Amino acid sequence: MGVAKYIKDETGVITDVEYQSGIHVKPLYTPDDLERVGFDYERDLGDSGDFPFTRGIHPLGYRSRAWTTRQYTGFGTPEETNERFKLMIGHGQTGLNVAFDLPTQMGYDSDHELAEGEVGRVGMAVDTLRDFEIAFKDIQLDRIGSGLTINAIASIMLAMYQAVGEKYGYSGERISATPQNDILKEIVGRGAWIFPVEPSVHLIADTIEYSMKELPRCNPVSVCGYHIRESGATPAQEIAYAFQIANAYIDSVVRRGYSASDFVGRFSFNFNVLGNLWEQVAKFRAARKLWAVNLKERYGVTEKKNLFLRGLFGGGGSGLTKEQPENNIIRGAYYGLAAALGGAQTTALCSYDEAYTIPTPHAALLSLRTLEIIMEEVGLRDTVDPLAGSYFIESITREMETKIREKMEQIDRLGGMVSAVSSGFVQKEVAGQAYEYERGLQQGVYTKVGVNKFTEGETREVELHEYDPASAERKIAELRKLKEERSGREVLSTLRQLEGAARNRTNVMPFLVDCCKAYVTIGEMTDVFRQVYGEFTEPGIF
Amino acid sequence: MTGRRIRVLVAKPGLDGHDRGAKVVSFALRDAGMEVIYTGLHQTLDKIVHAAMQEDVDVIGLSVMSGAHLPICEKLIKKMHERDMDDVLVVVGGVIPKKDVPKLKALGVGGVFPGGTPFDTAVSFIRENVKR
Repeated sequence: MGVAKYIKDETGVITDVEYQSGIHVKPLYTPDDLERVGFDYERDLGDSGDFPFTRGIHPLGYRSRAWTTRQYTGFGTPEETNERFKLMIGHGQTGLNVAFDLPTQMGYDSDHELAEGEVGRVGMAVDTLRDFEIAFKDIQLDRIGSGLTINAIASIMLAMYQAVGEKYGYSGERISATPQNDILKEIVGRGAWIFPVEPSVHLIADTIEYSMKELPRCNPVSVCGYHIRESGATPAQEIAYAFQIANAYIDSVVRRGYSASDFVGRFSFNFNVLGNLWEQVAKFRAARKLWAVNLKERYGVTEKKNLFLRGLFGGGGSGLTKEQPENNIIRGAYYGLAAALGGAQTTALCSYDEAYTIPTPHAALLSLRTLEIIMEEVGLRDTVDPLAGSYFIESITREMETKIREKMEQIDRLGGMVSAVSSGFVQKEVAGQAYEYERGLQQGVYTKVGVNKFTEGETREVELHEYDPASAERKIAELRKLKEERSGREVLSTLRQLEGAARNRTNVMPFLVDCCKAYVTIGEMTDVFRQVYGEFTEPGIF
Repeated sequence: MTGRRIRVLVAKPGLDGHDRGAKVVSFALRDAGMEVIYTGLHQTLDKIVHAAMQEDVDVIGLSVMSGAHLPICEKLIKKMHERDMDDVLVVVGGVIPKKDVPKLKALGVGGVFPGGTPFDTAVSFIRENVKR
């Protein structure tokens, strides 16, 4: 039964339920439980819109503002991606969340030998500003915000977004981009790292510092607990590690002489909706409170809007199953419900075919419709934080808070997240959890419908997005043509200035914008960084 | 087979960084009594073949999530053949569509274990099919 552990007696009655974060659930909750956990309305909840924001950051919740729908979108060439963007926006999607292919994420041009077979496969292939000009053509960049799923080279992509904005007449003050820009979680969980930890964090500090001045509507970092959870972390670890990662980035900017209040208001998070419904709701409510408390206690932040936990709560990919793919449509609906009951400002759902590959247009639209049905038909906009005051929910929210605090303190004792990740500690914790869960699934400790219970023997076939190798060839041909057309002199001079900035540790952002405008390729800019910073070496965990 | 423990190189070729599966399988093979060496991420095929020779492994287990498993396996097996490594068993796991399984076998891949394959299946397959 689900992601929790269920212990039953010989008659089949459930005698204990244990959530992944280590919370044990009782069969019945009463007012005594609120006393047991020391629940206090003012201290633990407060009204919506008031510290500590457990009940949400807006006084009227979804009554005043529906959540933004931001499905992960992008594949093949920029032309194909532009078409898909317009399809989703035309069907009511209110934000973009751009997927980049692996060569782009790793800083290689489409014609690099390591890019072979990967160009445009899991996201859009980007080489130069020309690609952004095509991908964002006819998109109202002052009205539609874009999430950019890019990390190691987020500084380059943010610069490119500014450059394309200016090209289409939108100044830096008007555009809104949210690059993930979270290298520590890449090292823990998703693996698209390039440079060593120290210069990577330095680059993130550059983007935050630059955004303060030039891109005030951009959220320069979106810390992704999401991927840490996907890699095996428990819900409590997901939040604790994400917050400690965010603290590491804050520290790196504070060391430049700024106050955290100058910039934390633009921090953003990406969390996972994966697992038991109640544990997820408790997680989000506890997280909102703990983030505000963390900023107040560690950094002395006081202004209300700087204490908001803003983020995307997304339906987790690893909850999906291949065996009976249509079941994932139903899972998506419950993930959407959990996100809404948890108070998400933005949501995205993995589509039912994403256990295999990037979604077909049909599957992507179905995910969008799922979120729209939850928003428009179910009644989730009626009142703020409808589960508040429940003996059960408030008790486990308090317990979740304790679990998250314990994990955060563990990282503090290790000297913070940069050292805990550099030594491989976090990776070991997360991989160990992943193994324990997988073993539990195979032993039947956990239940997954269609995988280890109610199976049908055969995997049901569904239509899948087909990769088109011809689009990679077109992409490479266009890149070569562009290289002939651009000004070689401008390329060389902007690259030389970028290298100087990187070596002197001056903020590289203005130099990256100049490079982008000169149609310097992503590979060329990344190579400068590779030379100056070197490359990351994984600490061995086996 | 000698009494020596089976040595497995678990390898992540290419640019994909999703290594949850590779690590989980490494734990499982180790728990089953095998010696496991994990390459880490972003390995070229030359590096993988080199590591397999250096470590004198019986098995190379590739983990591929990006969809590029066919070209990757074709090249790997060619490189192994050039170095007289035909006695090393190659198995592949990850996101592998059913229709690609016979194609991988035709290339010389011994076993294919798509995500969700029980640990026991992989362990017994390796025990029964190591070539030396």
